[in-house]
Amino acid sequence: MTLLDVVLFLPLIGFLALLFIPKTLSRSGALAVSLVIFAVSLGLIGNYTLSTNAPWIDYPPIRYHVALDGLSLWLVLLTTLLTPIAIAVSWKHIDFRQKEFYALLLLLEFGLIGVFVAMDLFLFYVFWEICLVPMYFLIGIWGHDNRIYATVKFFLYTMAGSMLMLGAIIYLYNKSGTFDYLDIVSQLQTGRLVLDAHTELILFLAFFVAFAIKVPLFPLHTWLPDAHVEAPTAGSVMLASVMLKMGTYGLVRYCLPLFPNAAHQCAWWISALAVTGIIYGALVAMVQPNMKKLVAYSSVSHLGFVVLGIFSFTQQGLDGAVYQMLNHGVSTGALFMLVGYLYERRHSLEISAYGGVATPAPNLAIVFLITTLASIGLPMLNNFIGEYLVLQGAAYVSMTWTAFAAVGVILSACYMLWLYQRTFYGKASEGVTQHIYDLTGREWAAILPLIVLMVWMGTYTQSFLPQISAQNARILEDTHKLKIERVQIATPNVARGPASEAAHGQ
Amino acid sequence: MDNSLFPTTAEYLRILPEIILTVVGTLIMFLEAILSDSQKRIFAPLSLAGLTAALVAAISANGSPGAAFHDMLVIDGFATFFRVLVIAVGMLAIFGSTEYLRRENHPGGEFYALILFSVMGQCVMATANELIMIFIGLEISSIASYILAGYLRDDSRNNESALKYFLLGSFATAFLLYGIAWIYGFTGSTNLLEIRRQLEGAGAPSLLISGTAAALMFVGFGFKISAVPFQIWAPDVYQGAPAPVSAFLSVGPKAAAFAILLRTYLTAFAPISDRWVPVVWVCALATMIVGNFAAIQQSNIKRLLAYSSIAHAGYVLVAVTAHSEVGSAAAMFYLAAYAFTNFGAFAVVTHVARKGERFTKIEDFAGLAQRQPAMAAMLTIFLLSLIGVPLTGGFFGKFYIFKAALDANLVWLTVLGLLNSAVAAYYYLRVLVVMYMKDPEAGGEALPAAGPALKIAVYGSAIATLILGIFPSFVLDFASKAALK
Repeated sequence: MTLLDVVLFLPLIGFLALLFIPKTLSRSGALAVSLVIFAVSLGLIGNYTLSTNAPWIDYPPIRYHVALDGLSLWLVLLTTLLTPIAIAVSWKHIDFRQKEFYALLLLLEFGLIGVFVAMDLFLFYVFWEICLVPMYFLIGIWGHDNRIYATVKFFLYTMAGSMLMLGAIIYLYNKSGTFDYLDIVSQLQTGRLVLDAHTELILFLAFFVAFAIKVPLFPLHTWLPDAHVEAPTAGSVMLASVMLKMGTYGLVRYCLPLFPNAAHQCAWWISALAVTGIIYGALVAMVQPNMKKLVAYSSVSHLGFVVLGIFSFTQQGLDGAVYQMLNHGVSTGALFMLVGYLYERRHSLEISAYGGVATPAPNLAIVFLITTLASIGLPMLNNFIGEYLVLQGAAYVSMTWTAFAAVGVILSACYMLWLYQRTFYGKASEGVTQHIYDLTGREWAAILPLIVLMVWMGTYTQSFLPQISAQNARILEDTHKLKIERVQIATPNVARGPASEAAHGQ
Repeated sequence: MDNSLFPTTAEYLRILPEIILTVVGTLIMFLEAILSDSQKRIFAPLSLAGLTAALVAAISANGSPGAAFHDMLVIDGFATFFRVLVIAVGMLAIFGSTEYLRRENHPGGEFYALILFSVMGQCVMATANELIMIFIGLEISSIASYILAGYLRDDSRNNESALKYFLLGSFATAFLLYGIAWIYGFTGSTNLLEIRRQLEGAGAPSLLISGTAAALMFVGFGFKISAVPFQIWAPDVYQGAPAPVSAFLSVGPKAAAFAILLRTYLTAFAPISDRWVPVVWVCALATMIVGNFAAIQQSNIKRLLAYSSIAHAGYVLVAVTAHSEVGSAAAMFYLAAYAFTNFGAFAVVTHVARKGERFTKIEDFAGLAQRQPAMAAMLTIFLLSLIGVPLTGGFFGKFYIFKAALDANLVWLTVLGLLNSAVAAYYYLRVLVVMYMKDPEAGGEALPAAGPALKIAVYGSAIATLILGIFPSFVLDFASKAALK
């Protein structure tokens, strides 16, 4: 049992414990548990050798195989950081059935960490589906008026995608005899497992669609605005900051190394969809009268960058994409929190209900401004680094896509600054002066870590990027090696005759 | 094989579960006439004791596998698996119905006797090695089921349910019998292995004949497992029958019917599998689609579960279509997982329906999560298992079935089946939505707390569902070893 197992199972233990403690203690209990988990998870930094590989089910051989690397580390930390924050923002906001709410948040944390550390395809799928259930209830019970429609849509969209992925996972197992991710990759590399082009494409698409729904990639994004608008603040924060990353994480971890040829083959189309998403999301965000919807569409736009970076197959592009996943988690999570703060005061998400908020709430205005600037990619703040790297990576491949994507950066400045202007500047109406008050201590405590991270990640990338780069280099290497291997296998094996037979015989 | 006229002790031991069940069932019928009303409380413990003894006998019989009574019955892993399963379902049925019977003022002994007889018939089905025994087992089980469906004789819904079940059931049985007659006429045997030899051999009857016989028998089996197009009866019967009986009917007889379907088609009709596989393929797909899409429109929870049980029969048929060892094992595991899941769901429905079963609309579950969180949580586990969410038995069942289907290269059936389960999520979610996200109706009738026996049925099913989802190895290993080759 390693530290990683502890971090993974603590939330589950917390979830079970929460079911049995008195209602009044549930809120502080959950916060305490989640803070402990965060503190423990800090011990993971630099511990890349942590892995556990134990049998779970004998036949078919499904193993409890979890491991940590530069890609999963920061996503795990993002999860453990945002869970206590999500609990803190719900402190007053959630005023009924509290125990269930906090228990479900911990269950969600369990699922999310599991997704990022699972190294067995089956285990990955299990965690992937587990995440669905708590989020379904979080939106459905504590959401806004149209919550049931939104949560059912969310569940069904994800379910439809993941069913296809399950089919692909079973197929891979039948071909390779294992669910172990590393084993499958090594089988592919040594030529023991050969997928013909047609099969590879279909498997790739099965995985890709499941991930693309989660990302969400245009045109599969329609569940996202509904889910975000209807979710309670904590739900939106977890959804935007961490759950969407399940999709992009899956693309990097599984789609690229397992199906490199198909990934290359489809890269043009996927980049086209990503760029469409970037611009479409930004344009739609611009005309939203509803703040949460605006931020939701901005997510569609931001996540387009991530996908564009991944499918550039360059070191910079991939680094930028992964960095952008974290950035988006921090800055959009913060945006959703701030919108939640405003909602708690004014009980409206309509931008027109605000105006002049800076007067009664100057601190809130400053925090919101920093987050806005981070979100639009101002240098010295986090998003700038990610977007820059993505654009540079994309530029190696296609100047056209880069140019379009850069337009998206400009558009993001338009909608965010406009939002800021309409909300915080101008003369405060009576409704605003009556209801709006400045940040409370609890709200400060929840938002401050994210603000610090925005600056830290924007100014000192050395803390984060080297580990990510190293892991990305490995993934790219796997991807390229496989691609080359595949080409060799495809050619008539004159020179390879005995060697390849030996490889098959292993 | 022993050719002596009289069965040996070992052979009697092999059918000891059936003997025990018959004796206890008959005993209860006698006692019903003798005992005073207050003494009749012992029927439930007595039947449980009988079932437990039968369970022990069934498990120990597995230690000495072999044929019995001139090859009419065969005790192998497959038979043991299904005997244990149907006996376990019988025990759950007793737990799930005692309080119901008292609530409806019908605490009769014949109910318990009928359950025991039905379980006995299912055990015979599980062990049957030839067509006549299959028929006899099916009839014993079915006739007890017909009566159970109409158990509350003053209730018009019960009467309708029983009559429909009986008429359509007899009709289907006639088809089965006709198919058996064909087979016997052309092969001269009712023994499954002998039929297989005949069909494989040089003098095999023409495909037209054997195919027709297989098709006729499939009509009979298709009715019992409620496969499309023979599913029409299921929603009406499940909706009309007493809720614990619906729970029982939707799992026990169905599992046993699948056992004989698997045995017949994977042994006797294996030589002509290229003929029946396409038919079952279409039937599996149609069953999944009809079940799922019809369930979407239901507003009555019993009817919804009835259609869902049709859809689940479709998933098992996917495993039958694979006609392989893996497929057989997958079907066995799935039926076990489904039995506990679906029984549990019906047990919660029994509880919420209250006296006279007046609350069986989906809306009646509004706010259950606030009124009785434990019951709501249990139903959630069952519904998630029916959807196929990981860590429940339903998920592993589905996983193994589609794995078997992909093994057998049934790619399209797998894809369509997987998409079907995504559709199915919709109607199960509706129940979850009502339970957790709607407030209870103000001024509605209070929901009394569940009695201890029902709690055992519900919690027991939930624990079994979770164990099958988290540690499936034990059952799966057994199923893989016991699967029909």
